[in-house]
Amino acid sequence: MKTGTLILTVAAQMLVPLQILFSLFLLLRGHDEPGGGFIAGLVVAGAFALHQFVNGPEATRRLLRVDPRDCIGIGLLLGVGSAFPAWWQGEAFLTAQWWDVLGFKLSTPLIFDIGVYLVVLGSVLTAVITLTEVDKDEA
Amino acid sequence: MQILIHLSFAILAISMVLCFVRLVIGPSLPDRVVALELLSMIIVGIIGIHALQSDETSFLDVAIVVALMSFLATVGFARFLERGGRRDD
Repeated sequence: MKTGTLILTVAAQMLVPLQILFSLFLLLRGHDEPGGGFIAGLVVAGAFALHQFVNGPEATRRLLRVDPRDCIGIGLLLGVGSAFPAWWQGEAFLTAQWWDVLGFKLSTPLIFDIGVYLVVLGSVLTAVITLTEVDKDEA
Repeated sequence: MQILIHLSFAILAISMVLCFVRLVIGPSLPDRVVALELLSMIIVGIIGIHALQSDETSFLDVAIVVALMSFLATVGFARFLERGGRRDD
């Protein structure tokens, strides 16, 4: 269902990209400063929920390209996957591993954070989109 | 500066109480929704003043996130009211 409010449509057009950018910022700086996967996931879920309020659930599904439920699966896979590199190095399970790739510091905590990000994004969006679709079916 | 900060805290606390009164007595659902929205905006203000007081800029990010989320909640409530949900007047 479209609400068709001009103010909301224009505001969403400006807010959604900014909010996604802000969530990436929160995600990437999460290791040393406040932020991290969970809050970044909430912010990006908020962005997509706003898009869904304006354009309807079908448009948001098209924008996401993957089913939100698949996001949960990929996120959990990444979270579990980040636990194994420490094992291969002969260290304790889930010990943080750091790699230096072309000047960027990559690490298993970052992979774990991305996993949390996708799980939060997927679960919140599954709830919001399903609620809207059920609501529409009943009306 | 300290006096100003404490004064702002006091004013925001009083407005929070007034908002809460409106939230409790209603009388209609839209009144309560507006009161909730205002309450979250006051919380954003309190976080901002606390960031000033403690000289810690990372609190401002908290304020941004709270403002974004409360805006979204208000949009959701507005849609719910528009669709004519159960009115508990």
